[in-house]
Amino acid sequence: MGVLFVIPSFRCYNVFITWPEEMNVVRLSREQVLHIAELAKLGLTEEETDRFAEQLSAILDYAEMLNRLDTEAIPPTAQTIYQRNVTRADEVRSSLPPEEILANAPRREGNYFKVKAILE
Amino acid sequence: MRPVARGTILRLRPSWNNVEVVLELYELTIHGAQRLLRAKKISSLELTRAVLDRIEEVESRVRAYLLTMPEAALKHAEEADRQRAQGDDRPLLGIPLAIKDILCTKGVETTCGSRILKGFIPPYDATAVAKLRAAGMILLGKTNTDEFAMGSSTENSGYFTTHNPWDLSRVPGGSSGGSAAAVAADECLGALGSDTGGSVRQPAAFCGIAGLKPTYGRVSRYGLVAFASSLDQVGPLGKDVTDCALLLGLIAGHDPQDSTSAELPVPDYLAALRPDVRGMRLGVPKEYFVEGMQPEVEQAVRAALDVYRDLGAEIVEVSMPHTEYALPVYYLLAPAEASANLARYDGIRYGYSEPDPQDIWDTYRRTRQNGFGPEVKRRIMLGTYALSAGYYDAYYLKAQKVRTLIKQDFDRAFENCQALIVPTTPTTAFRIGEKTDDPLKMYLSDIFTLSLNLAGVCGISIPCGFAKGLPIGLQVLGNAYDEATILRVAYAYEQATEWHLRKPPL
Repeated sequence: MGVLFVIPSFRCYNVFITWPEEMNVVRLSREQVLHIAELAKLGLTEEETDRFAEQLSAILDYAEMLNRLDTEAIPPTAQTIYQRNVTRADEVRSSLPPEEILANAPRREGNYFKVKAILE
Repeated sequence: MRPVARGTILRLRPSWNNVEVVLELYELTIHGAQRLLRAKKISSLELTRAVLDRIEEVESRVRAYLLTMPEAALKHAEEADRQRAQGDDRPLLGIPLAIKDILCTKGVETTCGSRILKGFIPPYDATAVAKLRAAGMILLGKTNTDEFAMGSSTENSGYFTTHNPWDLSRVPGGSSGGSAAAVAADECLGALGSDTGGSVRQPAAFCGIAGLKPTYGRVSRYGLVAFASSLDQVGPLGKDVTDCALLLGLIAGHDPQDSTSAELPVPDYLAALRPDVRGMRLGVPKEYFVEGMQPEVEQAVRAALDVYRDLGAEIVEVSMPHTEYALPVYYLLAPAEASANLARYDGIRYGYSEPDPQDIWDTYRRTRQNGFGPEVKRRIMLGTYALSAGYYDAYYLKAQKVRTLIKQDFDRAFENCQALIVPTTPTTAFRIGEKTDDPLKMYLSDIFTLSLNLAGVCGISIPCGFAKGLPIGLQVLGNAYDEATILRVAYAYEQATEWHLRKPPL
């Protein structure tokens, strides 16, 4: 049986997936590696899939040492500065002209980035 | 104005009992060149030509640069000489420097050492670069880096590996290995790098030069291509501590384009350089002297502590019990942040794009498969896993909590002393190829530098000895926004020793 989870959103990888119930398994299977690669939209060769299964397992094994520490009462640190909610006046400012931004585009049409159709 | 010929005897430091030093122009420090340019003893054109000739002479062996721009540099040098003749006296006017290829340079290709950004021409300058340009810098070129600054040796560069000027069969360190090697080989007068987990300090140590990681927030990250946004900082690499102080003073300060840059005044770092540590309390955390470290490294660092004692500092032992956890914390948090930051390389707006995709998903998958190298893929995979549902609490959140404990270690240590003295690396530079098959072994070369980034404080590495002809690095760590103190402590050691004057046998 699987459980439904929402992946923390970053850019377009906001997807619903199911995940096996046995969690914190450090041995990554080929299927898990391929699943992670799909979340990251990263194509992998057969050889890379096998190699990453092994190497990521070793790194995660090493990370298990963190479980020696009791962190129940410790707050997380996401960053080390103390500014909060930095805002600026809502004024129109100049930005780079479209021609400069589009100069690096692999494919363009007029003032647009050209991509394959995203809807059928 | 009478130009000085190459190899002329220049009296640069009256303080050295009037020792006269035979110096090639390319061997000059930034502050040394500044003095000679201001005194009109040399021209920028002579200086720039000397450095470009030096690049010509040694670059085929060192391979520090991904890109050099000799014609533009010479043209710029002529212009700088004209400006000086008209009274212009900006601090870097006519001084040739190198920039790590992870900082955006307007109109100059910026690849981050990655195939996925081959041909990318940024439409703007990173703030740190813009500030150096405004100070009159001559841009010599872009230096090699591990792909997206992920690595400790430049072996993860998508283009080639840089060689250590002290032993060409060894790595220069990384990821700012190109900048460090260029400074050590006198292929530039100074350089900028970036430091996410030691990427300025570790190569500075391996190459026998000075390299500083400022406090998180001290230098704007605008235009520094993002790797791990809560850890990244731009930092200077120089031939001595004075040059690091000089460059830091120019790049530091608040930037409206980076809301994480601190709105704090920037002290006069050059004025902070007093060779005086009498009465200062310097802490030595016992956790930084670990089993398996190279004996010569420990001996050199212990000898440096004796130098500080002789200079009148008080050496106190401190404990930072969570030091050993910095490595697993870093290798969960940095890849997690990287996996989000590197989502932008999708083949749509810039960089490499797969030529014949079937659909949009195919564009993403194959562009990233063929554009990224193995270490970047490994970290995207690791970070995506650590952030994914079901594993977020066990890995990412757990690591963030241990990060708090590491930060508290630093807070407690700085209650008791003004700076910490530790080794920069557990060994001297390793051989090219020695660690490429085992990522974990490669990560271990960063154990003494990572925790500083996690705590967001500052540190500098300076040379403190040699083992079998290879430089050893000494790290001075300081509290948040206290760069002036670590510069002073490093300067006092430097002035009492001569390690920084040695040159590699190229």
